[in-house]
Amino acid sequence: MAAGFAEAGADLELVGITKRFPGFTAIEDLDLRIPAGSFFALLGPSGCGKTTTLRLVAGLEQPTAGRILIGGRDVTNVKPYQRPVNTVFQSYALFPHMSVINNVAFGLRRRGIADPYGKAHEALQLVELDHLSNRRPQQLSGGQQQRVALARAVVNRPSLLLLDEPLGALDLKLRRQMQLELKSIQNEVGLTFVHVTHDQEEAMTMADTVAVMNKGAIEQMGAPEELYELPRTAFVANFLGQSNLFTGEVTSSGGPTGAAASIVVAVGGAKIEVPSERAQRHSGRVTIGVRPEKLVLHSSQPKKEAGTNVLGPGRITDVSFSGVSTQYQLVLPGFGLVTVFAQNMVFGPVVNLGAEVWVSWNVDHGFGLLDEPEVAPKFEPDTDTATIAAQARRELMAEIEEG
Amino acid sequence: MAFAALGSATGTADRTPLKTSRVAMLLLLPGLAYLLLFFLTPLVSLVVTSVEQPVPFGDVGQFQLAFNLQNYAEIGLHYLPHFARAGLFAILATFFALLISYPLAYFIGVKARRWPALQAVLLTLVIAPFFVSFLLRTLAWKAIMSDDSTLVSVLRSLSILPSDGHLTGTWFSVVFGLTYNFIPFMTLPIYASLERLDLRYLEAGSDLYASPASTFWRVTVPLSAPGIVSGTLLTFIPASGDYINASSSFLGSVQTQMIGNVIQSKFLETEQYPTAAAMSVALMAVIVVLVAGYVATTGTEDLL
Repeated sequence: MAAGFAEAGADLELVGITKRFPGFTAIEDLDLRIPAGSFFALLGPSGCGKTTTLRLVAGLEQPTAGRILIGGRDVTNVKPYQRPVNTVFQSYALFPHMSVINNVAFGLRRRGIADPYGKAHEALQLVELDHLSNRRPQQLSGGQQQRVALARAVVNRPSLLLLDEPLGALDLKLRRQMQLELKSIQNEVGLTFVHVTHDQEEAMTMADTVAVMNKGAIEQMGAPEELYELPRTAFVANFLGQSNLFTGEVTSSGGPTGAAASIVVAVGGAKIEVPSERAQRHSGRVTIGVRPEKLVLHSSQPKKEAGTNVLGPGRITDVSFSGVSTQYQLVLPGFGLVTVFAQNMVFGPVVNLGAEVWVSWNVDHGFGLLDEPEVAPKFEPDTDTATIAAQARRELMAEIEEG
Repeated sequence: MAFAALGSATGTADRTPLKTSRVAMLLLLPGLAYLLLFFLTPLVSLVVTSVEQPVPFGDVGQFQLAFNLQNYAEIGLHYLPHFARAGLFAILATFFALLISYPLAYFIGVKARRWPALQAVLLTLVIAPFFVSFLLRTLAWKAIMSDDSTLVSVLRSLSILPSDGHLTGTWFSVVFGLTYNFIPFMTLPIYASLERLDLRYLEAGSDLYASPASTFWRVTVPLSAPGIVSGTLLTFIPASGDYINASSSFLGSVQTQMIGNVIQSKFLETEQYPTAAAMSVALMAVIVVLVAGYVATTGTEDLL
């Protein structure tokens, strides 16, 4: 059987993992190392292979190639019930024929750990549900069930706790509350958490390290701030928040912008400066970007200063008010659609639909990408083979059995 | 009511608010009328008959109203072995039918989920025996197990059966026949609950350190308990009153007579209606008590 309680979280290492299902490849040659004790988020759109990765770690799926190591031990061929890993399932999967306390004590009893009910009650106290320990899961609300699922996994003190979109079914307010709760539980118990989600805000609020996954591979990995401020690829720039992206030829590189060296990109007749250290490529055709909240709107043409980029004039095509900020859409001839988030403060220009505006931003806020944005239709057609394959995979998942 | 187990094979019962509207009562009427006419009336008649006594100096089969508990006493005096055999054979048949049906239902309901066509074919095969009359099928088994059959001669030459041994007319053949005849009744309800089994619970079990065997006993079996309870009831109740398999003209002999055979012969052959009625009432009472106890201990809590 599995070892006893883990003293602390363990490292998780994936080496050259490939997973193929009949007809498509879910994960292609994935290498990943998650240090012990961290809160790690795997972020990606549905069908990107993140849930498959989690299932491989849990042992519910066998990799086609590659190795999985937990705390340095190769567990690739270890059965799921012998791995020091517990999962909080997306559907919670609480046993409907058992009371809450029996659900929580299930893992402890299977391992023959002393005083399973005492420990189960402690775990329920941690999620503040001890008073409902004799209820059946289906008598609890969605949020309560989620907490029971968490207690049922945490009580085993696994080296690794896997969370498969556990907050997906909750409403926004409960979600926020649970995010904070999860984070504090992780601090309290000090285990390694691996969290799979498609919600970028959730990943950024909760995780120390975020890995953005796309099409079975990791696009970029790092601290949330790092990923947000300096995305390396167009996918990351658009999946993690919004970005204004421009593509053009590099006209000069190494030119001075104050102290730092920068590259200058010619886009639509204007020249845009990006610090060299914030650009992935320094020559040829490159895509550069800037976050919408970094842009400043001007109702008259601002003076061109060193250290700023100015574009304009353009016309406001859409204004949407969202409480703390207002989102402006403008069309800049030669640049296409540009999005600007402006804080709703007492000062600053308030512009109306159709107004003529200029935008400017600090050169230091721009970033240069490794690739170009794909020209993708807004909605993926759902008759293409990739979607059918993804659907087939989902169906397959539902049918997969133990072992 | 405990008998709800018979009807519902679901794990989670819908708790829709109970509304007694006029329309609902109206819709219930045909069912109530049916029960009154074809269940309650015969039942009362049966109970009344069970305490009748023979008409003095009357013909065979002539009885009059009385309060004659002698009929019940007679069961205790002469027919306890038949009762015991009925119970024992029915329990054995239920046990073996469960042993055969559960893996079968598991295969059709869980393993074959990926191939709905195969599922349909297998289910059809399970109920296929119903296309042939119950009596014919039982007679066919009698032929297969008869003393001059290939099966018996092979068993004899292998010394599994003594050279003068029989298959028909033994406990074995009766239990075999009962098991065979009730397998569909056991398989279908179990299939119905396994077909809906959410495999994610099994994954959760293996994630929580339960071996496949442990997951089976602690997750799969409890979640299919409604099907098991319905299946065992649908097998045990009719099997304990069965009078075909154990009769001498089919798979049984005088030594294997069950209470059903006695009731049948008393009703139809020797026309001792009160004793037969008393036996029927007693059998019914025993079954009701057994089944209620069974459902109370196994079912309700897990059925929820």
